[in-house]
Amino acid sequence: MITIKNLHASVEGKEILRGVTMNVRPGEVHAIMGPNGSGKSTLASVLAGREDYEVTEGEIYFNGKNLLEMSPEVRAREGLFLAFQYPVEIPGVSNINFLRTAINDIREYRGQPAMEAKDFLALVKEKQKLVELDIRLANRSVNEGFSGGEKKRNEIFQMAMLEPKLGVLDETDSGLDIDALRIVANGVNELRSKDRSFIVITHYQRLLDYIVPDFVHILFDGQIVRTGPKELALELEEKGYDWIRTHTVEL
Amino acid sequence: MTRVTEKISFQDQLITRFEERLPFLFGDPEARKAAALLFSEKGFPTRRTEDYKYIAPDILFKKEYGFRADPVRILTEADVKKLSMGLNAYVLVILNGAFIPELSSISEIPPGIIVHNLADAVHSDETAKAHYGRYAQPAADPFIALNTALNEGGIFIHILKDAPNDRPLHILHITDNATETFLQPRNLVVLDDNAEAVLIESFETIGPVKSFNNALTEIALAPNAILDHYRVQWEGQAGHLLSTVQANVSAGALYNTFTFTLGGVWVRNNLNVVLSGKKAETHLFGLYLLSGNQVCDNHTVVDHTVPDCMSNELYKGVMNGKSTGIFNGKIFVRPDAQKTNAFQTNRNILLSDDATINTKPQLEIYADDVKCSHGTSTGRIDEEALFYLRTRGIAETHARKLLIRAFAEEVVDQVEIDLLKEYIETRIDDILQ
Repeated sequence: MITIKNLHASVEGKEILRGVTMNVRPGEVHAIMGPNGSGKSTLASVLAGREDYEVTEGEIYFNGKNLLEMSPEVRAREGLFLAFQYPVEIPGVSNINFLRTAINDIREYRGQPAMEAKDFLALVKEKQKLVELDIRLANRSVNEGFSGGEKKRNEIFQMAMLEPKLGVLDETDSGLDIDALRIVANGVNELRSKDRSFIVITHYQRLLDYIVPDFVHILFDGQIVRTGPKELALELEEKGYDWIRTHTVEL
Repeated sequence: MTRVTEKISFQDQLITRFEERLPFLFGDPEARKAAALLFSEKGFPTRRTEDYKYIAPDILFKKEYGFRADPVRILTEADVKKLSMGLNAYVLVILNGAFIPELSSISEIPPGIIVHNLADAVHSDETAKAHYGRYAQPAADPFIALNTALNEGGIFIHILKDAPNDRPLHILHITDNATETFLQPRNLVVLDDNAEAVLIESFETIGPVKSFNNALTEIALAPNAILDHYRVQWEGQAGHLLSTVQANVSAGALYNTFTFTLGGVWVRNNLNVVLSGKKAETHLFGLYLLSGNQVCDNHTVVDHTVPDCMSNELYKGVMNGKSTGIFNGKIFVRPDAQKTNAFQTNRNILLSDDATINTKPQLEIYADDVKCSHGTSTGRIDEEALFYLRTRGIAETHARKLLIRAFAEEVVDQVEIDLLKEYIETRIDDILQ
């Protein structure tokens, strides 16, 4: 699905990622954990194509294609979806208009005709149920006036609408109470399939009780210092990030 | 023997023209002479004239304009229909500055709405006679002086108290010249007590050359009258337009004004509203979308002369290419005008490094018990929002379009005529292509 090799990335001349390597196969869920400042969100931003991040070394292949050569919109059309840690409020752009434009731009890229209004609305109705998002999307602007929980649910709803091959969840659990967390996680679990992969970035183990990963990677100081099965998350939770810190220094 | 050929300036040609034409012009010749004298003393504003410093109109008049209006083609009813945006309105055609009743929907206009050629009305109609020239003061602006001296009329509209407000009145200014021409249409709109109307003025250039249109509309609202006034400007790339509106709003009357500048190489809008009776109210909305080398200058004046009045102003602009936008909003609150509410906002987005906006709010408050505020902002497109949209697969051009439409929406949403709103939205999309 996606292969990241020796990825180095800088922001404003400061190197944040210092040689990240990982491989995600179809259907797998990979969790990336790490303390604040370890480079978790930088990795998510580089995957999505944020311009402020400069890749200085390494490569990323997404289904055999060079991801780093693609614009953010082409990445999305190729099947990559980033659920933002801080979803952006866009006053004046209605949710419906936004989603219809997105779906039709993606369909055009794939050589498909624009979706009929009727089919589109049926799809909206169906996917909204997935995350119990009961807001009148047609009349409201993208994320404007949404609560923290609604914003995160809206991210998962968008993911459900766009049906990506790879979903990258950037600290989707941050700022969520336990009920919202459960709803968001259920939404993600519904979308899991043998062809669809996820990279779940999180600070806390809590989310991984709900979205159970196949692999856990620990990112520290811009490098993956440890990879293991889902139990690694529990071990980390128990021992704390200091364990990694001392452990890494010992190495 | 040496022969000196001296080039006569366009300004002097205007004065000569005035002297030749004076015997044939309608109205009071003394008032015209006084206005001509004011113009000849002041001349065209230059970059040293404070109110015109960013656009320096005198530069446009280094070359010559003709006075004769020779349409390139014969305008047909089909042309008028096409240019009138498909709106269900009473269309009043002004071609090259002159009212053309034959192409206007005169026969459909219901009782209670009086429409005449202004030049005739000033002699034959008591209302026209009483209001003509009463609001637009030649001393206030050289272009008002020039129009007052030289105009050959336009349209007079009188809305009586019980007139039906079933369809808008649409003054369609069409410019179609073979040679560059200096045009000075003049309109007068009077609403009686409690009368209501919707007025649209649109400006179209269909000819091949850059004519200069010095258009002036005087508006008088009697107590409790309500007028929605839309100015829609898309002069292609051919037009130079200076459009002055001088409105007087009496007690309890409401004047809503909308100025959409979506075209024209050089556009100056002077919008002057005097709130002259208690509880008079005005709302001023503006949107300018500029590209290429376009220049658009919006000067507005709201004059609170009496207590208990309300004004609210919102102008928004998007500048691309090497275009220049200017916004200058003056609010006067006179010493007697206690309990005034006056608000003003101007917001701008610059889409390119070479685009410019000069924005200046100017509040002069001489009363102490008032609520006034103003705010202005200039920024770029929200990069974070742009990135968010693109990560959902939306093409960058589409994402920009969504964001600019969203920015403009706050003004466009104020348009209460659905067809006009749709038409403006379509034109906005065309510009953003």
